[in-house]
This record gives sequence, C-alpha cells and structure tokens, in this order.
Amino acid sequence: MLSVRNLSKIYGSGCGLCLELTGPGVGSNICPKCHSIVACARIDLDVYPGEIVGIVGESGSGKSTLIKLLHFDQEPTSGYAYVQGFEDGQVDMFAVSNQKKRWLRNHQLGIVYQNPNAGLNMEFSCGGNIADKLIAADWYNYTRIRSRATELMQKTELPVQRMDEPPKRFSGGMQQRVQIAKALANNPPLLLLDEVTTGLDVSVQAQVLRLIRQIQSTLQIAMVVVSHDFAVIRMLTERTLVMRNGRVVESGLTDQVMEDPHHPYTQLLINSML
Amino acid sequence: MAYVAVKGGEKAIKEAERLAQYFRCRGDSTPIAVRQIQDQMRLAVDRVMGEGGLYAPELAALALKQAEGDTLEAAFLLRAFSSTLPRRHYSLPAGSSDMRIMRRISSAFKDIPGGQFLGPTKDYTQRLMAFDLLEEDSHAFRSFVSEYVAGDVPDRVSLIQQPRFPKVVDLLRLEGLLADPAVESPANYADLTRQAIRFPATRSMRLQALARGENGSMLALAYSSMRGYGAVHPCIGELRVGHVKLLVPHPLDPTEIITVGEVLLTEVELVARMRNEGKGSVAQLTLGYGVCFGHNEVKAIAMATLDRSMTAANPGAPAEDEEFVLYHIDGIESAGFAAHWKLPHYVDFQADLNRLRSVVDRKGKANDLL
Amino acid sequence: MTSYSYNYGFLDEQTKKEIRRKLLQAVAIPGYQVPYGSREMPIARGWGTGGLQITLSIIGKQDTLKVIDQGCDFSVNACNLRNFIAATTGNTVTTDTAEASIVQTRHRIPEEAMREDQILVFQVPYPEILRWVEPSERETRRMHAERDYGKLWVFLYEDIVRWGEITLSYRYPVLVNQRYAMDPSPIPRHDVPKLHQAETLFLFGAGREKRLYAVPPYTEVVPLQFEDYHFTIENFGGQPCRSCGSTSSYLNEVYDGETGERYFSCSDTSHCAKNSRGAIRHE
Repeated sequence: MLSVRNLSKIYGSGCGLCLELTGPGVGSNICPKCHSIVACARIDLDVYPGEIVGIVGESGSGKSTLIKLLHFDQEPTSGYAYVQGFEDGQVDMFAVSNQKKRWLRNHQLGIVYQNPNAGLNMEFSCGGNIADKLIAADWYNYTRIRSRATELMQKTELPVQRMDEPPKRFSGGMQQRVQIAKALANNPPLLLLDEVTTGLDVSVQAQVLRLIRQIQSTLQIAMVVVSHDFAVIRMLTERTLVMRNGRVVESGLTDQVMEDPHHPYTQLLINSML
Repeated sequence: MAYVAVKGGEKAIKEAERLAQYFRCRGDSTPIAVRQIQDQMRLAVDRVMGEGGLYAPELAALALKQAEGDTLEAAFLLRAFSSTLPRRHYSLPAGSSDMRIMRRISSAFKDIPGGQFLGPTKDYTQRLMAFDLLEEDSHAFRSFVSEYVAGDVPDRVSLIQQPRFPKVVDLLRLEGLLADPAVESPANYADLTRQAIRFPATRSMRLQALARGENGSMLALAYSSMRGYGAVHPCIGELRVGHVKLLVPHPLDPTEIITVGEVLLTEVELVARMRNEGKGSVAQLTLGYGVCFGHNEVKAIAMATLDRSMTAANPGAPAEDEEFVLYHIDGIESAGFAAHWKLPHYVDFQADLNRLRSVVDRKGKANDLL
Repeated sequence: MTSYSYNYGFLDEQTKKEIRRKLLQAVAIPGYQVPYGSREMPIARGWGTGGLQITLSIIGKQDTLKVIDQGCDFSVNACNLRNFIAATTGNTVTTDTAEASIVQTRHRIPEEAMREDQILVFQVPYPEILRWVEPSERETRRMHAERDYGKLWVFLYEDIVRWGEITLSYRYPVLVNQRYAMDPSPIPRHDVPKLHQAETLFLFGAGREKRLYAVPPYTEVVPLQFEDYHFTIENFGGQPCRSCGSTSSYLNEVYDGETGERYFSCSDTSHCAKNSRGAIRHE
C-alpha cells in the first residue's frame, strides 16, 4: 500500500559525491568533501496493508528522518513514494502541491511522535486535538466529532471525563495515548510511529505497546514503527529494516533478522540488547 | 459637543477644532516662529523628519508647531504630506565614506585612522537644569555665536571641511573578520512607500522600515535584546554624524550625475560577536547597520541592534522576530490604531452583548459562569 | 474648502491606478488578501484609511457618495471622511443608500438592499480572519495557500465546548467561493448573510495592514458553522426600533440621557428616517 523508491535526504549544500563518500562502509554520514549530512540515502521501502514494518537503528541512522519525509514534515532531496489511497498509487506523493500533500496527510496518514509537543497542540483541549484531525478530514458535525472523540478516548484507555482539558496537564503516557487517539481519528490506512515509547517508564511503555498491538489486531491498520530498541521491534513487527549511516544495511522477517543477523552492525545491536 | 450625537457630527467637529486652536493660542505669548523651532529644537525636528520619512527641516518644524510639540503627530503630518508627492527620481546609493563629518566616534578602538571627533554632544555634560535659560538674554544668545565662530579654535570649524575619513569597519573587513550581510543589487531595492512588506523581508525593506521607525518603540525592542531577551552585545564600530550628498542621474542623460542637495544623517555600524550556527560556522564578527535622518544617535544605535538581532536563524526573543519588530515599530500606524479605539464601537459592542446574553440565557445566571 | 493644491481625489493618478489594478486582482480571486503599497492619508491609521484609498481610487465625477460609521451618516468620523472626500473631489454626497453609487462604511452593511450599480467599500481593521488563532503573518499566508483552516475550526469547536455556542459576535469568519476564509470586517452577524450572492460589489480596504480584498457580485459567502450548530444572527427579543418601529433592522441599545430608560433604535439612521416617513417599500 506504500512503496518508497530511492529516497534520499541530504542536509546541507550537497556536492554530488555525498552519497558515494558516506555510508556504513566509511562509518559516517557526513560528506568529507562538503560537510553535508546524508540522513537517508537511496531508501527503498514497501508496506503492505495491515502489516507492521519496523525500522531499527541507533540515533543518527536516519530512521526518524525517513518517517518525517513520509509525513511531509521535511522535503526529500530526491526519491519517490506512492500510496495506494492517493491517485491509485500512480502519482509520486512528493511531486504534488502542498494542498494535496495536506489532503494525503489528513486522509491517508496518522503519526505519533516521540515528543508529544510535536504531535499535539498543547493549547487545544484533548478533544480539540482529536477534532483538529477530524475537521481536517471534513468532519463538520459537532455532535459526531464529540462522539468519535469519546470512542477514541475509550479505545486508547483515556479518561473520557477529561476530554475538555488540555493535554499539557496529562502525564507522558497519557499524552502518547492522546497522540495515538488523534492519529487514529480518521481511520488512516497507514500509521507512522516514531520512538513512541522512548522516555516513558517501563510499565507505561508496556501499556502503550499493548495498546498499539490491540489497535493493529482490531483495526488492521498498516504501521511503520521506528525504534532504537530491538525489544520494541520484536514485540510489534513482522518485518524489519536495519538502518545505519542513512542506509538500509539489512532487512527481512523480524524473527529471522534477530535469530540470524548477517550484517555485523545488526549483530552488534542485538548483542547490546541481550 | 456630543460625541456621536445623531445629526450633530458636522458641527461638533468644527467646534472641537476651534477649541483646540484656542488652547494653542490662549497663553498670551507671541506665536513661535517656525524658524525658531527649526533652529532651536533641531533634535525634535530631526526626529520628526526620520519618522515622517521626509527630509524637510522647515516642514518638520511647521509640523511640530501645528502639532503643539507632539512628535508622533508631527511625523504623521509630514508622512501624510509626503505620500501625495510623486516619486520622480530615486537617488543613487550614498556612500557615507564621503560624509562631511561633524561627529565621529568608535568604541571598538582607542585610536582610529582620522581620529575620534566628539563633535556637538552632551554625552559628558551633567544633566543639571539650566535655570539661566528661563530668562535667556537674546543679546548673549547671539554674541555667543559670533564669538564662537570668530574664536581661537579654528580646528573646530575646519573639522567640518575635512574631506574624508576611512571607515572603521573597513579595517575589520580588510582582515576578513567581518561577515557582511548579503548585498542586494540596487536595481532590486523595493520601495516601502510603494509596496507592502512581505516576509521573509528583504534587507532593503527591513532597513527602510527601521529608518522610519518610531524612536521609543525601536529603543524598547533594541534594549530588550541588549539586556537579555536575545543576545546582541553590541560594540559601536563607528558612529558618525554628518552631511551626505544626494546624487541623481540626469533624467535625459543618465551618465551625467547631478548633486541635488545634502542631508544630515546619523549612521551607526555596530559589530557584534560571531554567530554560532552549528558546524561550519565561520569565526567572524557580524554587522548591524543603522542610519536615520538628522542627528539621532539613540535611534541609529537601536536600528543597528535590531538589524543585527533580526538575523537570528531561529527567533527566540521578540527583537529577533522580524515580523514582530517590523510590524510594531511604525509610530504612525501604532499611534493611529491605538487612537482608533476612541471611535464608536457600539455596533460591535451590541453584537457582543447579544452573544453574552444568549450564553447567559442558556447557562442560567451570569454568576454561574464565573 | 476647495482644494487647489491636491489632485482630484487627493491621491495622484499613479497611485489610483495601482490600487485599481490590485482591486482587479482582488475581484479575480474572491476573498484573497492582496498586499498593496498603502499610502499615508491625512486621517490617522486605523480610522478608515484603507476604505478611503479605495473610494478615492474608484470615484469618478458622476458618482454620488454616502459615508457611514456604525450605520450612521452623522457620526464624527463619517462626517470627517465625507467632508474630506467631498472637498478633494467636489462630488455630490447623500445620506440615502438608494441614491448613492458608492457607499463607504465602517462596521455595517446598509439595511436597504443594494443594487448591481452600486459599490460598498468597507473599512477594515484586521484583514486577516486567522488572526483570531495565529499571530504570524508568514504562517497565516501559508495556511491560506494550503487552505489549512483547522486551527480556526478547532477554535470554533472549543468555543462550543466552553459556552455551548459560537460566541464570535462581529468579524464572524466566512468562507468565500468555497476557497478563502475571510474577515468580513467588524460587521455584526446580522449583516453577514447579506454578503452571500449579493447584487453589489464589495470592496475591502485595510490601510494600516496594507491589504485589499473583494467579494464580487453573486459570490457564495458562507459563515463557518457546524452542521448541528448553525450560524444565527442577533436577536433583539422582538423589540422594535423606538423611532420607526422596525423589527427587522439591526438595533442599538440606548440609555435615555435624562430618564435612564433603556430602549432600542436602528443603527442605520438614514434607513430609519426613511422608514419613519414610510418611504421604504416593504416586499
């Protein structure tokens, strides 16, 4: 339902040799010639309906940049992506107008960021944040918005009586749930999750992960899950891509990658987890 | 003299005008000559020319008289007048290297090529009330001038003849220590009086807006940056006050350059510390530039500070946000809008009352809302 | 005063042309705010310089002018503007909406329905409707470009949560031609429906903020509302105007200076006078 081809993102001026002079081979994503940072280089990614794909790597590997590119938070330097629900998957989503990108973001995608401040408007109420996403997807009935928000808060185990409070008064775990509720509001076929449990207490982490699994099994939403933590990846995903220095160094079924890692970097990540 | 008395407006306006005129005249003194304001209130005249955006000392003095000393109102009169004047020519960029100097200091270096010249300043005088001015003797007033000009201090006057001083910041430039802002081609300069400012603003637009800015507003914003909201720690590379020639290409033969007059300017080049913009930052000083009509040093310093503070890549403080600064420093706009609240708003207020009552009706007594 | 020193209509012809060109652009993109080089006028910023510049740029010798402030022809600022325009043009002025070819207004639309051969010029303090929710001009320009009005909608949603209804009373947000969210100027809700599919050209001028915009005749103008929370206009509880007895016009609440008694009277004073004379045709 999503296919990404040859996606690259370079921060800085770029010199034409950046992609050749960086990568896991040289152990760096900074171009020695022009000092640009190669965050993502020639990434290919496919996501099938209802599937959860994991992207694992240490910080600076480019995994979060990849998510931001897919959500149009940043513009790619080059590359293409096609979404089934947009123009029958025939038109590159990076090549369309901002207005169309907005449509795509509001109708086809949901995102949960590591930092709730990035995904929520802390001045709006919890219900207002959910309403924001619903209105963007053309919901203009107040009563229906309220009942949908109630339903989502129940589904994400949030106290419905606190719907009209701003999420800045909520705990970190609750704020992540509000983000999830908002991301799910318009039933997007694809959900992007960026380090959603990082920074939460272990017990809260477990609750949030359980919630994500539940959502996946009941709603059959496809997800891309980014994490530095193989434990999270193992718990949630069926397929995994391992990224380092802006490149995908290994990919396959999550179980296989974990039991029989080929790339030394993957081995290192798994060993450090055990 | 009712405020919005139905059918009374016309007469009320006329009577209010006459009453204001009475208040201007009633003190039983002789009328102030515009020439006196021009000569003896020169700093007020300069300020009005700057904010009014028109270099016209006599008109600025007239405006001050008409506005009973309110500099904002006077600048407004001048601005409204200037907007009816057609733009026939744009002058060539004037280089301040050729300025006919009357004051010039640098706080960056003890000694500078050409030397420091205090010029007419009260910076180092004690601010004591000069009670003798209460009864100033006009004979003494005049004889001071003739004695001063004829006196034994020829270099005071000859300073004004000194043709040219090298610019202090050029020394830093030559050494490669100064990062200059990107230079726009004069052909691309926008005219603030003919176009609305858009964001991000071009530097020529920024500088034009700052040059016409209101003293107090600019000072407050610049001061906030110097004090801690933002981080411009300025050092005055050079402050100069003097006359600059205005050159205009001949309308029929553009190769011929005509001098149409000269204007008194205050110019400040402020050097601030290097900027840290992560990797690749170059160790260079940064420049803030300020210039305004007449002799107005605080405004030029404030302008230079704001020019520098607005270059912040990620604005964190009000003085770093170009929209915040440029939208709020124009005295004619801000004073006009602040004053407009005196206009009747009873239609709007009625609409508000109507809403309020509707909410109260639904929710019960007004007390319950609190 | 006959003005010898200034051009007809005060502004020079170049300026008028520039403003007319920008007005054409505004008419071509209904509801879109066109930036323009607003001139300083001899009246203060915030006192109607935007509307004034439009009027002076479009007025011709054959035009008949009416100026109102809060619905009234004789409030001080309306007098001042009318005197200025009359003095710099020598044009005929009127208080009768039906007689005017150009009406300049602050905060009201006349009660009497306007026609195709008339133009209504609004004085606008805040041209940016998104200013309710977003202070930055750069950001609001982006929001308009992407038709991203979510923040405004959530603002309305939260208003209902808090108060049980949308409490915006004047400057009620409207969507023009299904594309641009627009500030109709601080007219009361009562006047908002008059913008929709009107026969008259509406021109809006914000002098201090340096923006022009327009609603051409027969354009869709819809107040932002939820399907189940409809936009409503002011309700005066069936109270009639004390002077003309009208129950359909926008009323001001007035306290009698001597008795302290509260009563209602029409905000549109010339319409009220006409109605009292029986000169309004009721259909």
